[in-house]
Amino acid sequence: MTMRSSLRYLHRGEIRDVSHFGPMTTLLDHLRLERGLKGTKEGCNEGDCGACTVVLGRLVDGHVSYRPVNACIQLLGQIDGEELITIEDLAASDGTLHPVQSAMVDLHGSQCGYCTPGIVMSLFALYQADGPVGRSEVTDQLAGNLCRCTGYRPIVDAALSACAARTENKPGDHVASKSAETAVKLASLRDGADLFVGSQTSFFAAPASIESLATLYHQHPDAILVAGATDVGLWITKQLRQLPKIIHLGRVVGLAEVHETADGLTIGAAATFSDVEAHMTAIDPDLGEVWRRIGSKQVRASGTVGGNIANGSPIGDSPPALIALDATLTLQKGDDTRKMPLEAYFIAYGKQDRKPGEFVRSIHVPRLKPHQVFRAYKISKRFDQDISAVMSAFRLTLEGDFIREARIAFGGMAATPKRAHGAEKALVGASLADEASWAAALAAIRADFTPLSDMRASATYRSDTAAALLEKALIEIAGTSTHATRVTGHRPVSEAAE
Amino acid sequence: MSALLPSNDFRVARHSIPHDSGPKHVQGTATYIDDILEPAGTLHVAPGYAKSAAKGRITSINLEAVRAYPGIVAVLTARDIPAVNDCSPSIGGDPVFADGEVLFHGQVVFAVVAETRDAARRAARLAVIEVDATTPAVDVEAAIARNTTVLPDYEFIKGEPATAIQSAPARLDGSLRIGGQEHFYLEGQAALAIPGEDGDLLIHTSTQHPTEVQHIVAKVLGLPDTAIVAECRRMGGGFGGKESQATQWAVIAAIAARVTGRPAKLRLDRDDDMMMTGKRHDFRVDWSVGHDGAGHIEAVDVTFLSRCGYSADLSLGVNDRTMFHADNAYDYPNARIYSRRLLTDTVSNTAFRGFGGPQGMVFTERMMDALAITLGIDPLDLRKRNFYHSQGGTTPYGLHVSDNIIHELVDDLETSSDYRARRAAITAFNASSRILKKGIALTPIKFGISFTLPHLNQAGALVHVYSDGSIMVNHGGTEMGQGLYLKVAQVVAEEFGVTLDRVKITATTTAKVPNTAPTAASAGSDLNGMAARNAVAKIRDRMAEVAAPILGVAPVDVLFRDGAAWGGNQSIPFDELAKKCYLARVHLSDTGYYATPGITWDRPNKTGRPFLYFAYGAACSEVLIDTFTGELKVTQVDILHDVGHSLNPAIDIGQIEGGFVQGMGWLTTEELVFDDQGRLRTHAPSTYKIPTASDVPAAFTTRLFESGGNRSETIYRSKAVGEPPVMLAISVFSAITDAIASLKPGHVPLLDAPATPEAIMRAVKAMKAI
Repeated sequence: MTMRSSLRYLHRGEIRDVSHFGPMTTLLDHLRLERGLKGTKEGCNEGDCGACTVVLGRLVDGHVSYRPVNACIQLLGQIDGEELITIEDLAASDGTLHPVQSAMVDLHGSQCGYCTPGIVMSLFALYQADGPVGRSEVTDQLAGNLCRCTGYRPIVDAALSACAARTENKPGDHVASKSAETAVKLASLRDGADLFVGSQTSFFAAPASIESLATLYHQHPDAILVAGATDVGLWITKQLRQLPKIIHLGRVVGLAEVHETADGLTIGAAATFSDVEAHMTAIDPDLGEVWRRIGSKQVRASGTVGGNIANGSPIGDSPPALIALDATLTLQKGDDTRKMPLEAYFIAYGKQDRKPGEFVRSIHVPRLKPHQVFRAYKISKRFDQDISAVMSAFRLTLEGDFIREARIAFGGMAATPKRAHGAEKALVGASLADEASWAAALAAIRADFTPLSDMRASATYRSDTAAALLEKALIEIAGTSTHATRVTGHRPVSEAAE
Repeated sequence: MSALLPSNDFRVARHSIPHDSGPKHVQGTATYIDDILEPAGTLHVAPGYAKSAAKGRITSINLEAVRAYPGIVAVLTARDIPAVNDCSPSIGGDPVFADGEVLFHGQVVFAVVAETRDAARRAARLAVIEVDATTPAVDVEAAIARNTTVLPDYEFIKGEPATAIQSAPARLDGSLRIGGQEHFYLEGQAALAIPGEDGDLLIHTSTQHPTEVQHIVAKVLGLPDTAIVAECRRMGGGFGGKESQATQWAVIAAIAARVTGRPAKLRLDRDDDMMMTGKRHDFRVDWSVGHDGAGHIEAVDVTFLSRCGYSADLSLGVNDRTMFHADNAYDYPNARIYSRRLLTDTVSNTAFRGFGGPQGMVFTERMMDALAITLGIDPLDLRKRNFYHSQGGTTPYGLHVSDNIIHELVDDLETSSDYRARRAAITAFNASSRILKKGIALTPIKFGISFTLPHLNQAGALVHVYSDGSIMVNHGGTEMGQGLYLKVAQVVAEEFGVTLDRVKITATTTAKVPNTAPTAASAGSDLNGMAARNAVAKIRDRMAEVAAPILGVAPVDVLFRDGAAWGGNQSIPFDELAKKCYLARVHLSDTGYYATPGITWDRPNKTGRPFLYFAYGAACSEVLIDTFTGELKVTQVDILHDVGHSLNPAIDIGQIEGGFVQGMGWLTTEELVFDDQGRLRTHAPSTYKIPTASDVPAAFTTRLFESGGNRSETIYRSKAVGEPPVMLAISVFSAITDAIASLKPGHVPLLDAPATPEAIMRAVKAMKAI
């Protein structure tokens, strides 16, 4: 396998070569401090406000695909092989504004202007994507872009206006008009080489194959594995931790693959949340809605399902949903792999069943079988881009009105994502048609957990809500439309009578 | 003097012109403090604090590891302050660096000056500060128990409230908690200090109050004001958070520059910013109301208990404004309005859009809701019964309300929002809905405009006409996104009769216009617009003298419009006239000054006029709540707001919508959580949740009320718009109250603000337990 010792990315049509950079250098610091490009702003330095949003382009099936990322927690090394587009790059060389930019000006979409570069970049990514753009597409695209001045109405209007005027060849968009040229250049960057910048004591590495990854991690079990850096980025920017050895998973061929199997879906550890969003919606609309509410577009475009599991957070949103679906985790060390039920991976707070040098290889998610139904609810102070106070997922196996089996998993209720074993047992034999038969389970679920109080919610609220969500799931599964049970995230109407 | 413009023929003012910086905003070319090209040798400053304690005597400060960190140039503590260790706006008690004791968790004890930002921040974490810690008084209850205040109590009395409440046919009591609010300006606090000769400093500072930065830096350094220039082109948001509390960071950067002789920049990390700077005051409000049994208020007795933090800062004015707005739009025949300003061992709370007024009005509207719910009257009917009469009334502080338009404004919105039909539909929905409940509320606002500290009601402007006819304008107001620079430029263009592109907008600097007021109290365009107009008038009159003989008319008949000076059918292009003036040795530059007339408030005696006029508005909000989880969706908002004759309708609508959404966040998702050790647990956007795009309903309409203009003589009869719209969001809080009240008619929900899912569930649970 060939080795490359400098980072390469495409910017303004030219390939930039960076041979010296610290492994912890963020893309934002690279732009602002090293390259003097001050258009991209730092608002929070933790990936929550979106002021630093830039767009990365990469080849997908021969075409350039664009995604917004938070430059503040994106490591510079992660952009190897991609095209970088920043706020300075949108207007044409004669000064003509991009359609998204002119709509923002004309419709009064900026006030103080500090969030504006990030908002424009998010909307630019939306503009590049195919498909119709309605209000919900816009607000979802902007979930990771905070604006404190406008109240968003004019920004949403600007987005709708710009996207409505968009035609296939995207007039006035010089990025789109160069996309064929860009595709050729990006293809030229695909050298299949292992990237290794630095020394044996301090490096940024991005192996290109699973074999290279296994070997390198075996040699450096003290290295930090980074997939999206949506969590590790904060170790650097907020905890100011020293991470001298970083191994990036984003270039490992095959690690981001998603395979449909006979009974489900196998998700490679480096697949991003965005990569699998449609697959999740296909399993169940509620799973898709959980996915939609994980972080923001920027976070989902970088963050991975594997990372969400590997870091063992008690408040990650995907583990409870995947545990309720009876997902299986595959770990690899060197050439050896082993499998375990996902729930078994989470041993205690901050402790997972992962040995030194071992990495998450893939997650297998079974599809729902006939007679199985699924519900999931995320409770947080704010709907979009918030961390759960309580995350819950339910999979019931039915026999007529009777519950034959239940799998219930919660996040935010314990030191790890955890199943509600008491409630699961108590539900077996209960009838959807008889609310009185639910009582034992509704009582049992309070005994299943001893949650903590923190800044997101009190223990009392968490316990009450756990029981309320179980009751809500049963009411819905018994036949009540989600339009009568939820303020948001309704399931498709055709399913209401399931 | 030259001819006045006909009032109905505006060419630039009163038009919806996009923000002057819009094209720069969208291209990333608008410059904020951290974007300014750094002079060679610029150092970076990071503050440090005692991690372990909120309150107590400092027993030791060990900075050895800090000093030893690579790249550290200096470490500053209280001992390095040349003259006075105080950066308070006026009252005192805000040390730049803690000296001897820590007063709140996050208080700056030292600052690291380093070659890089990264080195400064990393080194700052290596300090070992030992504190003989005592238990902090964190909240209002602890401060009441300890009986500590930052300022004396203050009281308004109207009529005979004590006897009136006793003798009223019916009485209702209540208590309410109102949370604080983090400003969350997207651009954090930042300053860059650049040394010049003679020890002078130029300070680029993100502040609403450059004059205060100038004066306080001079005071701390022991220099005359003339040694310091404070400059601000724009802020990435202010909202009151950069009125008094931008100063400390400019001062620290200035000390660093002074000590090292090199340029020094301090930009706070977001978490530090949220821990180290004050917020909107949180309150407990205890109230009683006496009424006639049909909802006509006879007497109100209300006590406002506010958490001010460790020092007075701007708490005097903030809490006074709470009291000034405890009546909102309602006439209380008798009233006692009492305010306690409690000292807690937490960050010093400060100005925040509305400046205490919103908390006063949240109380008012809660009282109205509680009365209506208890009496089974539609809350809108009850509100209308208690409005100030259209011919006016007297406020609890003795001001006659002479410009009341709330009746016609609310009637208009009631019709346009279809309030009555929606009320009926909601009642029907709630009767049959098991889990979800809806609520609706239409609430008014009446907000007093002027600084209640009378001397702040003054402004200056400086206008130059260059010999090519281009015009440069400068004034004391600052730009934080609200469009003040544009509005003032519109006034200047209008007065000179030229197009806007001829007017150059420049950064606010203390070197051009001295002794200015903060850009606050919504008064920016009222004050600076008038000052600029006065400056233009002086120059224009001199230009008319030059033009008159050429045009063959008297100077008084020279009209400036369409880029020229006109006399009958004859005209001289503006640029030619400028050139002629220069050649004729006519002065083309002047200052303008404005002091708001008639402001006579005498605080000790509680007499006189604190406000020039009132701004009015109303909003109708509808919500949907989940009684299983407490989740909330705001489903429809209709706003009708009075801006007099708008200087720029698009800008004003932006202020109204933005203010509303900010107020909605304050009352719903934005929760500040302090632990019992006095540490703020919500110090980043990951834990402190301001609204996102999807929180704003698709059905969101805003209309400007056709009021016939401000009855007071303001600039082109416009009205202030910065703060009042925040309070329109109280309609959301009332609508949530309405939805919860549907669970047990006749019972008042125990809902505190912010109405997070948990707060809603607490109130729902209490209702279900009745």
